[in-house]
This record gives sequence, structure tokens and C-alpha cells, in this order.
Amino acid sequence: MSTATETIEGFVSKEYKYGFFTEVETESAPPGLNEEIIQLISTKKNEPDFLLEWRLKAYHHWLTMREPNWAKVKYPPVDYQKIIYYSAPKRKGTGPASLEEVDPKLLETYEKLGIPLKERERLAGVAVDAVFDSVSVGTTFKEQLAAKGIIFCSFTDAVQEHPELVKKYLGTVVPYTDNFYAALNSAVFSDGSFCYIPKGVRCPMELSTYFRINAANTGQFERTLIIADEGSYVSYLEGCTAPMRDENQLHAAVVELLALDRAEIKYSTVQNWYPGDENGRGGIYNFVTKRGMAKGAHSKISWTQVETGSAITWKYPSVVLQGDNSVGEFYSVALTNNYQQADTGTKMVHVGRNSRSTIVSKGISAGHGQNSYRGLVKILKGASNARNFSQCDSLLLGNKCGAHTFPYIEVKNTSSKVEHEATTSKIGEDQIFYCNQRGLSTQDAVNMIVNGYCKEVFKQLPMEFAVEAQKLLGVSLEGSVG
Amino acid sequence: MIATQPTREMKVTDPYFKHFERFEKTRSTDGPGWLFPMRKAGLMRFAETGFPTLRDEDWRYTNVAPLASLPFKPVFDSASGFPEARSIRPWPLAQSIGCRLVFVNGCLSPDLSLIPDRNGGVKIKNLKAALREDPDFLHAHFSRYAGNGDNSFAALNTAFFQDGAFIHAPAGSGLTEPILLVFLSTATDGGNTSHPRNLIIAEKGSRLAVFECYYSVNDAVYFTNAVTEVVVGDAARLEHGKFQDESSAAFHMASMHAHLADRCDFRSHSVATGARLSRNNIRIKLDGEGSDCILNGLYLTKGDQLCDHHMIVEHAKPHCNSHEYFNGILDGRSRGVFHGRIFVRPEAQKTDAKQTNKNLLLSDDAAANTKPQLEIYADDVKCTHGATVGQLNDESIFYLRARGIPLETARRMLIHAFAGEIIERIQCESVRNELDRLIWERLEQNPQVAAK
Repeated sequence: MSTATETIEGFVSKEYKYGFFTEVETESAPPGLNEEIIQLISTKKNEPDFLLEWRLKAYHHWLTMREPNWAKVKYPPVDYQKIIYYSAPKRKGTGPASLEEVDPKLLETYEKLGIPLKERERLAGVAVDAVFDSVSVGTTFKEQLAAKGIIFCSFTDAVQEHPELVKKYLGTVVPYTDNFYAALNSAVFSDGSFCYIPKGVRCPMELSTYFRINAANTGQFERTLIIADEGSYVSYLEGCTAPMRDENQLHAAVVELLALDRAEIKYSTVQNWYPGDENGRGGIYNFVTKRGMAKGAHSKISWTQVETGSAITWKYPSVVLQGDNSVGEFYSVALTNNYQQADTGTKMVHVGRNSRSTIVSKGISAGHGQNSYRGLVKILKGASNARNFSQCDSLLLGNKCGAHTFPYIEVKNTSSKVEHEATTSKIGEDQIFYCNQRGLSTQDAVNMIVNGYCKEVFKQLPMEFAVEAQKLLGVSLEGSVG
Repeated sequence: MIATQPTREMKVTDPYFKHFERFEKTRSTDGPGWLFPMRKAGLMRFAETGFPTLRDEDWRYTNVAPLASLPFKPVFDSASGFPEARSIRPWPLAQSIGCRLVFVNGCLSPDLSLIPDRNGGVKIKNLKAALREDPDFLHAHFSRYAGNGDNSFAALNTAFFQDGAFIHAPAGSGLTEPILLVFLSTATDGGNTSHPRNLIIAEKGSRLAVFECYYSVNDAVYFTNAVTEVVVGDAARLEHGKFQDESSAAFHMASMHAHLADRCDFRSHSVATGARLSRNNIRIKLDGEGSDCILNGLYLTKGDQLCDHHMIVEHAKPHCNSHEYFNGILDGRSRGVFHGRIFVRPEAQKTDAKQTNKNLLLSDDAAANTKPQLEIYADDVKCTHGATVGQLNDESIFYLRARGIPLETARRMLIHAFAGEIIERIQCESVRNELDRLIWERLEQNPQVAAK
């Protein structure tokens, strides 16, 4: 198997493509978490009083909580007093930054990541909010969107410009009492994206946020809030990367989606945080709370995620199907290679009548990776004729990895119908042989088969992302065949 | 929060300590020397873990608080209850099966038991006698499989058990007739607790069929806490069944731990219709190559009943098959809970494991909670699971109606067939026929089955 050895060597020497570090002058808070730090973050952002009060309430609640330990992931305890909770590149001047004022070094960083923010090179049809460590450095196409009445800006700007909307909706989907990481995020969140689509507006372009962790020893705590008013539609993308470091960094985000009557939100994630090296050193701890509230009748929320990065993923994008005839969807590809661990899945809570949900989860484990699907389907008593279909497949590449499925099904209504199916398998030798025979290398054959296996999910992604996701999967798998 | 929890649990387990002290004084001379330290370890384990709460992942749908608040009255007096037991109606299965051990409140009743002279070399006796006669042989097996780590109820059983069945089929022996184990409760006041303890050993190449039945005389709030350990040797064939038809006010906790060697064939059936709250912990370890294991279960619940099946099938060696089929028919405000986990170790390549749980809800207030799980560390395996919850399939009803069958009959046919597909897997003919008849009657008693 000389070809296999070559690919393994190629993989080892191949570095995580986004693992560079940008030298920028930053200002950061001292490490540790206490009321002063929270006050500092709040002052830095010139926040209204209600927000500071909310943060402090969340902080006090967090102090009473314990870290969840039910997930099938293992990691040394996180010292929350050693983390820097606020770090931002130094800004010239004050107030919301326009892109012209942004440090050219930051623009270069984003260009290197393939996300040009400059006017003439912008990705056509995609508006980007770029978040660097704790702050947003710029948002593109703001004016064009504003013309349609769409608000798309960083969370900080939203707090300044639309405090009434923030106050009305913040924490309505994920209250600060929700879980340990959501409480932590609520206390210290620094930035993120805010998006409001007015009644009847179909957002003309993809909205996206690109998250970048840069500074060492910091945690990233962003918060995204998307509100789709009656009859509106929005498609939202999220991407993320971080430098390669030997120590672990914490990322605890909260995403809240709210869809009113007949509104539709499509949320796609390509998560590519630094996964750690081949010995499992370093990498991001990705502890994220994402939830959508399909509040209105006929509303629809769809999550699509491609999880290839992070040392540990703890993430359950959920939908509360409150409106009658509402629809929830979850499509996921989660890949764990080397020593990565993922415990991910979804929650579908059916409250409204005739609500429907679909879950398609594809897990791939290679190397020493441990991949778990954990999902809850809950049909409440009033959810007559609710319908759920879940399909969870796992693919094992190699004999040192693990694939696990932990579905929870709770049904309290007779007229509803819930189905769950799961399979675990590996790539057959006959399939590889068939491809080899036709001149494909084993690595190419595996890539092809894996991409075919994930196709059902990839086709849910917007075009540009689907291509990126396919490439990413190819890179992440390299060296796993031998 | 951290400081208060242990003290609260201590209070709950305190009475158990007092009983154990009394028990220690009177009973410590009973049985071989190795037994008492084992009992003590069981009690310590129980005291340490206490009763599970809804916060325990394995108990998140089953609340044992009403059981924990029950006064604990272990039955030590072996003769009590025998007179009443004699006067009761004939139990299901008992007429058709000639070989039986009957335990009243956890103690053997020799009058009611019947052991034929010719039993193919299989030793059938009560555990108390076996502990007296053959302590060394028992030491090698007793409590080796159930352990104390897994759940506190098994540990409690180890601490307090009085008696139970001991069935030992030596290599090559076999019995075509099934062996019936009847556990009868005559409790009248709340809190009476019995701890039946069974050990079934089928050595190399032997054949056995053992069925456990749990019945009651009165509608009292009593507690049965049973543990059965099963050892299946190379190429042995064992069919094990459990029919739980306790009083509708009773609590029933049972653990079945089976250890399977090479190329054996093991089937275990669980049919549950009784008890207010019942929990079956089923733990299977496939520790040999090429074995086949079928776990088969049916639960019918109504009123306020809760029936919980909690299974872990561990594949430790390659080339084994395990199949689980569990169907539930839920009526009233009852709840059915299913937890199945297939655990495949890295060395268990070529595993073929399957798990299905189907629930039929007959009433709007019934609920089903199901957690079919896979935990897999080997790459060359075929593992699937599926779960459904719902009402009868409209298309099936339409199919039957299109053939001139009235709606009510069609519904009845489908519900009976739903139960029948489980009963059908029982190999032992006399038991299958009897249970089939019994389940049919139970379903017919339910106005829901024919109504609408």
C-alpha cells in the first residue's frame, strides 16, 4: 500500500490551511470572569442598562450551574478563570466602523481566508459580517439591504441602533437559564450578527457571518439573533476558523432564530474550527446552543450543518415547532478524524398541530475519532397529526474510531407519527475494489464514496458552500485510509 | 447543593440499614462463608448510590420516588402466606407445565412445587438448598454477572435475597419440557418486599427452557425486586421467558444478566402486563464467537401503569448476532419506556445487531418514550435500529376494508397481529399457546380494541 503511505505522509505534513495567526494590536480584558469583567465589556460597548442587568443576571445564574457531563465526550476540566473574555483589535476612532477605516491587516486576513471584504472583490450575492475575536470588523452590502428594510449588522451596532428590537427578542428563544454554556454566553457575549427581515420581504442575497478566533487564550462568545417577520425569507450562512495552537480554546456561542407566520429561515453552517493536531493536541472546544422558534403558523426553520473542525463539538441545533403546520428540518454531516470528538444532533419539539420535522444525520468517524448523534423528538399532547422522520447513518473508516447513536423519542399524542432509523456501516472492500479497477486511487475512491454518502445533506447547502464543504471533507479525510 | 444531596439519600436508605442489622444477627450463619461479605458489599453499594432519580440518564423517564417513599418490609418469615397461596385460582401456564418451582413471597413452597423424577440430568432446586449443598460450585457463578455496579436494585437484592431457583444443566444434558418458576405475592399491607434470586446455568451443549412468572393474590402495594443470572455455555441452547402479571398497585424491578459463550443460542422473552411501575434491566454479554441472541418483548399497559425495559447488549467477541424486538400497546394514561443499547467493542468485528421498538398508542393520554441507542467501536459491523410510535397504519386498515372487512374487525385484527408477532417468537409450544390465548383475552377485555 505505497500509495496509502504517501497520502498519510502528505497529510501529516499538510497543515490546517487556516492555521495562521495575524499580528494585530489588540486590547483585551485580563483573564478571569467576575462582575467587573462583565461591566467592562458592557462599558466598552456602550450598552444600555437593560443589557448590563441581563448580563449580570445571567452571570449569577451561571454561578449556580454545573457543567453538563452527559455528553459522550472526554476532556480535561476547563478553567473558566484563565480565559480572556474580551479581546478586540485596536480601533482608530470611535463608533461603528465603516469598512474604509478597518485595519488593512484584518482585511488581508479575511482575504487569505477567502472572504474578501473590499468593495470590488466582494462575493457576489453574499453579504458578510466578519467577526474577529470578540468584535465585528465590518459588514458588507449593508446599504443595499437597508433599502429593502432588512437590518443586517453586528450585534454591537444593533444594540446602539435598534435597542428596542434587541430588548424585545433577546433571550426569547434561548433564555439565559437554558444551560451552562448559554448562561456563560449571555453573561459575556461580545458580538455576533443581528438580522431582521421585515414583513413580506424575501432577502435578495445570502447573509453570512464569518467567525475568526485569532488571539491566544481567549474564548469566543458570540450571539446571533435572526428574526424573520411574517411572510419573509432569509438564508443565512456561518463559517469559522482559528489559528493552530497547542492549547484548547473555548467557543460558546448562542444562536436564536425566530420565524413568525409563514416566514422561512434557512441556516447553514460550515464549521471548520482548528481540530487539533494528529495527536489530539490543541483545538477548539465548540460548545454551542442553537435554537429556532417556528412561532408562526406555516413557518419553517431549516438547519444544515457540516461539522469538520473542533476538537470537541457539543451542539444541538433545535427547532420548537410552535405554530400550526410549521416545519423543522435538520441536515447534518459530522466528521471526526484523529482525536476529534463530536456529540451533536438536534431537538425537535412539536407543539403545534400538523407540525412536521425531518432529521437527516450523517456521521463519519476516522482515525481515533468518536462521533455521536444525540437527538430528541418530542411530540406534545396538543400536536395532533405531527409527523417526524429521522434517519441517522454512521460510517466508520478504520477500527480505532467509534460511532454512536442516542435518539430520544417522547410521544404524547396518538395521531402523530414518529419514525426513527439508524444504520452503522463501513465502506465495503468491494466498493473500493470496483473504483480501484477503474483507475481511481483508494483515497479518491473513499472521497467519492463519502461525498456520495453525504450528498443528501450537501444538496441542502447554498451552491458556494456545497462546493467548499465537499472540498473540506476531502481534506479532512486525507490520510484516514490505509 | 453538593452538601445536601448525600444526607437526603442517607435518610432514604437508613431503614434499609436497620433491617440489614437485624438480618445480620439472625441470618449470618445461613449459607456459605463467602456469601455474607457479598451481601454486605451489596448493601454498601445500595447505600452509596441510593434510589435513582430522574436526573440519572438511565432513569430519566421512570420515577421511582413513590417506591422510595414506601415503608421497607422485607419478608423474612418463610412460612407466611402459604395458606393463602394454596387457595388461589389456577395460575396461567401452571396447568400445562408439569415441572415447576413455586415461591411465595420469595420463599420456596415445597407443597406447590412439582419436580418430576426424570429430568434429563438437569438439577432443579431452590437456591437456598443449593447454597447449602454445593457452595463451591455456586461461588464460581453467583453474583459474578449481575455485580453491584450497574444498578442499586440489583445490589439491594444481593443484600436481602432469601431464595430463588437454581437450575443447572450439566454438559450435554437437556430437558424438552420447560421449567416454570412461579413467584407469588400474598402481601396484604403496603411495603412488603421480596427479593427473588435465580441462577440458571446451561453448560456446554445443553438444552433448557425456563419461564419465570410473577403473580399476586391481593391488590396490595408490595414490591418485587428480582435478579436472574444466566450462564450459557458453548453450543448450549437456552430459552428464557418472563411473564410479569403483578397486581396493578405493585412495584416490580427485575434484572436479568446473561453471559454467553461460543456458538450458543439464547432467546429471552419478556411479556409484561402487570404492576403499577415495572422496570426490566436486561444485560447481555456476548463473550464468545458465533452466538445468536434474540430478545423479544411485549408490554400491554393501561390506567396509570408505567412499564420500562432497559437493555444493554454488549458484543465483546466477533461473529455474533443479536436481535431485539419490542412491541408495546399503551392505553389509558399509561407510559411505555424503552431503552436499548447495542454496545460493540473494538474486537467484535462482523457483528450483526438489530433493534426495533414499536409502540401503539390506543389513547390520547398514553405516552411512549423510547431511546434506541448504538455505541459502536468496531468498523466491520452491521448495526441498525428503528423505533416507531403511532396509531394503527391507515393504509393497512384501508387494505382490509377494501376486502370487505368492517373497520372494527380490521382494527382488532391489526392489534392482535401487533402482539402476535412477538408471541410467535416463543419456541416452546405450550407456553406460546397459553400466552397467546392470555394476551388475546386481555386485549379483548379492552373496549378500545374493538371500539371506534
